[in-house]
Parts: sequence; C-alpha cells; structure tokens
Amino acid sequence: MITFRNARLIDPETGEERQGDLHVVDGLISDTPAPGAEVIDCNGACLAPGIVDIGVKVCEPGERHKESFRSAGLAAAAGGVTTMVTRPDTDPPIDSPETLEFVTRRAREVSPVRVLPMAALTKGRAGREMTEIGFLLDAGAVAFTDCDHVIENTKVAQRCFMYARSLGALVIGHVQEPGLSKGAAATSGKFASLRGLPWVSPMAERMGLDRDIALIEMTGVRYHIDQVTTARALPALERAKENGFDITAGVSIHHLTLNELDVADYRTFFKVKPPLRAEEDRKAVVAAVASGLIDIISSMHTPQDEESKRLPFEEAASGAVGLETLLPAALRLYHAGEMDLPTLFRALSLNPAKRLGLGQGRLSAGAPADLVLFDPDAPFVLDRFKLNSKSKNTPFDGARMQGRVRGTWVGGARVFGDA
Amino acid sequence: MTFRQDHLLGIEPLAQDEILSILDLADDYVALSRSREKHADALRGLTQINMFFENSTRTQSSFELAGKRLGADVMNMSMQASSIKKGETLIDTALTLNAMRPDLLVVRHPHSGAVDLLAQKVNCAVLNAGDGRHEHPTQALLDALTIRRAKGRLHRLNIAICGDIAHSRVARSNLILLGKMENRLRLIGPPTLMPAGMSEFGCEVYEDMEEGLKDVDVVMMLRLQKERMDGGFIPSEREYYHRYGLDAEKLAFAKPDAIVMHPGPMNRGVEIDGTIADDINRSVIQEQVEMGVAVRMAAMDLLARNLRAKREAAA
Repeated sequence: MITFRNARLIDPETGEERQGDLHVVDGLISDTPAPGAEVIDCNGACLAPGIVDIGVKVCEPGERHKESFRSAGLAAAAGGVTTMVTRPDTDPPIDSPETLEFVTRRAREVSPVRVLPMAALTKGRAGREMTEIGFLLDAGAVAFTDCDHVIENTKVAQRCFMYARSLGALVIGHVQEPGLSKGAAATSGKFASLRGLPWVSPMAERMGLDRDIALIEMTGVRYHIDQVTTARALPALERAKENGFDITAGVSIHHLTLNELDVADYRTFFKVKPPLRAEEDRKAVVAAVASGLIDIISSMHTPQDEESKRLPFEEAASGAVGLETLLPAALRLYHAGEMDLPTLFRALSLNPAKRLGLGQGRLSAGAPADLVLFDPDAPFVLDRFKLNSKSKNTPFDGARMQGRVRGTWVGGARVFGDA
Repeated sequence: MTFRQDHLLGIEPLAQDEILSILDLADDYVALSRSREKHADALRGLTQINMFFENSTRTQSSFELAGKRLGADVMNMSMQASSIKKGETLIDTALTLNAMRPDLLVVRHPHSGAVDLLAQKVNCAVLNAGDGRHEHPTQALLDALTIRRAKGRLHRLNIAICGDIAHSRVARSNLILLGKMENRLRLIGPPTLMPAGMSEFGCEVYEDMEEGLKDVDVVMMLRLQKERMDGGFIPSEREYYHRYGLDAEKLAFAKPDAIVMHPGPMNRGVEIDGTIADDINRSVIQEQVEMGVAVRMAAMDLLARNLRAKREAAA
C-alpha cells in the first residue's frame, strides 16, 4: 500500500499530465487511499506507467555471459522498464514449448521485473516450417517473431500468417527486404560511400513492408512491425492503417536519437540492425511517433560482448544495449520539444501494453501499479561501465543525458531506488 | 615541411600543406632513387613490418623497397597464411606484433576501417596500404606526384576516374586528395559500379565514357576487380570493354595531351587497350610505379620523424 504525494502524473491514456497524488492498493492503482499506506513524497518528480519494452534480448539460453535474466532484470528496473517482452533469437532459439518453459522459469526465479516471452514463428528461425504456435500460446508466448530473420519464402510466410491468424496470435515482423539487406553495414549515401562500407538502400524497408502489408491483406493476421526507420516507409504504413488492417509499428530508440554520421570512425557500438539512417529519416520517424503513426518505442536491447564488437566494422556484431538508456534517451525527444511526456509514454508504455492485451501502461484505477518515478531534468554523463547489463555496448557512452529514474515499482513492489 | 600525423590511415585527415610536404620530399627521393647510390639512412635503426591480410605483390614490394632504401629493417608477414586461419583476432595479432617493438607498421586488410582499429592498439606509426573499400592513401599520393610531374601542377585540372568506383579504395583516396587540391573531378562508370551519394562529393558523375572524357587532362583507369564481383554487376567483360574500356577512340575525346593512368595490375582488353597502356606519349603507368617507391619513402620518413620527436618528448 503506497500513496505517492506531490507527483507530476504522466497519464498517456488521457494524454494529460497533472500535479497530484496516486494511490496503490494491493498492487493495483486505486482511487482511494488505503489506511496505513506508505507515503512517498515525490517532490514534483514525474510518475508514469512503467515502460513495456517489446524486443528485449536476454541471452539465456546460450550466451549467459552476455546477459542473464538477473542482469537484464536489474537493468530494466534501473531504467524504469517494468515489463520486458523478450526475443526468441537465443541459442537455441525459443521455438518449442520446452525452451519457452525454461525461459519462463528462469525469468520467474531471478528477474525483478515482469518478463513476457515471445516465441519464434518458424523452427530455428530458419523460415521453413512454422513452430507449434498453439502450444507456444498455451505456454505463454505473447507474440511470434523470427526477429531479424525475414521469412524469404513468401509462401511459408503466408501460411505462418494464416495459421497465426486462426489462433489470434500476434506476429512481429522485420521488414527489411533480405536480398538487398544482405551483408549491409550502413545505409546507402555519402557517408557509407566515404567509409567504404557495404550499404543497403533505405528502400529495402519499404519493399519489405509492402510485401508484408499484402500478406496482411491476404491473411488478416494481427501484425506488428519491429522497427520502421525510414521516411519512405511511412506513407505505406499510413495507408495500411487507413485501410483498417490490424497493423502497428515500432521503432528503436537508437533510430530516434542517432543517425548514420554517429558511426564516425567505424564505432562499432553504433552498428545496429537495420543500420542507422540519414538525419532526414530520423526526423521523419520522430514526427511519426509524435503523430501516433508509429505506435511503439522500444530499446531493441541487444547485448554484445567486447570481443564481438572489437572487430572491423563489417565483421562486428550488430546491436546495442538499451534497457537503462531507453528513458533518458527518449527524454531527449521531450527536451527537444518534439513531443510532450504523455505522448512519449503512450509510445513507451500504453501502446505496447495495449498491443499485447495487458492492463499496464495506465494510471487509472484498477491498472497494475507498474510505475516509474523520474526526474526528467536531472543531468548526468553516461558511464557504460556503470550499467547493470553484463554487456556494456551502449552508443551513449560518455553522452550527456537528462532524466534520472528515482524509483521503479512492479505490482506495487519497489524494484529500484530508495528515495 | 609540415606534417602533423602519427599515422597515415587515409587522405581524409590530411591538410593541403601536409600532402604537399609528402610530395615535395618524394621529389627528392625520386632523385635519390635515380642516383648511383640509391640509399639513405632516414629510417636507420627502425623496424618496419609489412602486414598484408590481402595478397599484394606490387604494393608490398614497393613498401619493402622504400624501407630498405632508407635503411630500415624490413620484415614481411603474409597474414592469410598465418594465425588469422587459427582464429586469432585482428586485435590480438596487433598486440603480438606490437610486443616485437616495430616502428612502422604497413597494413593491408580486406575490411574498411580495420587499419584504423589496429592503429588504436599499437604504439608505432601505422601506414594504411589499403583497407577494404575505404582508402589507399599512398596510391593517391603517388598518383598525385605523377600528375604533378607530368602536368606541372596539381590544381585546376579536369580529371576523370573511370570504372569500378564502387569497389575501389583507390578511387576514394584519389577523389578526396584531388578534391582537396581543387581539381574538377568526373567519375565515369556503369551505375552498378557507382556508389551512392557521389555527386555530393562535388564530383560530376557520367555513365557515358565519351561524354565524361571530353576535354579532360587526366584519365585514371581502375582495375575491374573481378575477385570482388559477387556476379551480376556487369553483363560480360566484352560488353564492359566495349562501353568502358579505354581505347584510342574514346581517348580521342580527352585533351590531346591528356595522360593515362592505371594503378595496376591491368586487365588488358577489359578496362584498357594494350596499345594505350604501352603508348609512351600518353601512358604514365610505369612512372606511377616509380613514384610509388618515392612517395612511400617520403611518407615513412615523415612519420618516423614525428615518431622520434614524440619518443624524445616522452623520454
């Protein structure tokens, strides 16, 4: 039982913020205070629904030295992420009810925040045979995705989508056309040419999206795009939404706050998939998040050890950790005047929760008390070695950021902070 | 002489005066190399290691000769044959070599940026002898020296670079250097071999060879890098030769005194006609090889001076 006093309440549901109190009773948000509740004076700090982060890679099973459920959970708690929706691109991949149960058990044992696992859409993420979508749903899979593997055979994709539709399963797709994207380390343009890096045209995203939109029209599947990162893909997304398809889109925080020039002299911590884009693309996707065309912001948390990053750029592994930097990086958009805080938390908390059919992401009575308390202005310089993640591959090392998490609660229980 | 660099990783970090310093010193070394005693001791007492992760006879021997003419102890390591096959990482290889206390490290690597990465991990001067599709600075410098000696200047020239621009580090280094020296640059090649965004570099891009060669002072041909072709960039060698191979007919569109260059090794009958390559009135391809040794001597000399100054300051 908690009563938060003097909070700046960020309510993405109403799109408003106000000063006031918030009551938590039995792990749920309540209209009325419980007698004897712990009182937390927020001193005007922001209180918002905890972040629901779709697409977190926890490297269990297979590469626990890069990230475990324990370390990822601590990082999430420190970053205000109260629900991690985990990716199945582990080794082995999460493509059977048995491996899914392992994940669920490990998560329950050691993670301080909620973990909802996703499962692969095809066995081994190989794009040939569909997984046991029904059994996996029963075992608790909240969505089905082959992550950055695209099902190249369109017939296989069609059948997977049809079958998933029959069970009402949510499919998450990576819409980078695989032929063009193969081997690419940068987005085509002056920068990639100057650095001599293998490039991919931003049109690869439009092409991949166009194919999947046609498949959605054919099959009626519930579909979410993991990342839309280019201006040219946005009109296609907008049309698909206008046509009433059950489609939503996400974008990684890195594509919202960095561009291709940040790679500079082959800095491999800036190698992500799809590659960072031109500044015009970054601006376009920021505007699309503000307008609601892009629904969800996620960290695309991808731990990589030093060895896999300390290589020539082309050979280096892709991906960046993001659980702890998601909120301060997202606040850059707020500080830059791109969007207000309720809009930001619509993309960080409310929309991902809605998409997965969860009650989180809200401050209304009856919603689970998954909350983050933060000071949006507190400045700091990020030191990657202070991150909770086992892997320290953040592109924000040494960056000046604003926004400190002061406390995180999951179901009314504090999982981070002591104030 | 002004030269402020610790490494020669590319043309991009160099200022105009630094480029001219290398070229001026290289002129002296051309004279030395043509003299009876072709030996100096600018690098005496220093160890030069040539580390080639990619096959190269020409560049490696040019660096080797340059080092030996200046009195360095030169060692060649062919890296395809050694530990890379055993799974050692680039960084570990660099650290191992660094422990042998080299002073000059000459590196060629198939991946862009690999030489930059290596330079961060060693405490000697690193020379990039070609990294992926990124840069090949000594090639651009030797080309610049050749042009300056043939044309009497290195500015306000119309220069065409023709062929496989996309896979060519030679083209990148050259267009950066020649751009810094205020020349007009044209890139000529089929669109499949042209990287994106080239017009933003201030280059004119042509798909038609005759149009592109009109009134140029310098024609730089590039090797059609067959080993880099995944297939499908061009229909066939013979169609490429027909449309983009330099022959007398196409060369007639350039200025009458235009010079013809090629970084070698040439594919005669693919990107260049044999008789053009051998025409002593037009082709400066043999001079390029000679200038290569002199430019590498100059670059290593200048880097060694900075290295010695830095070590003395630290001592």
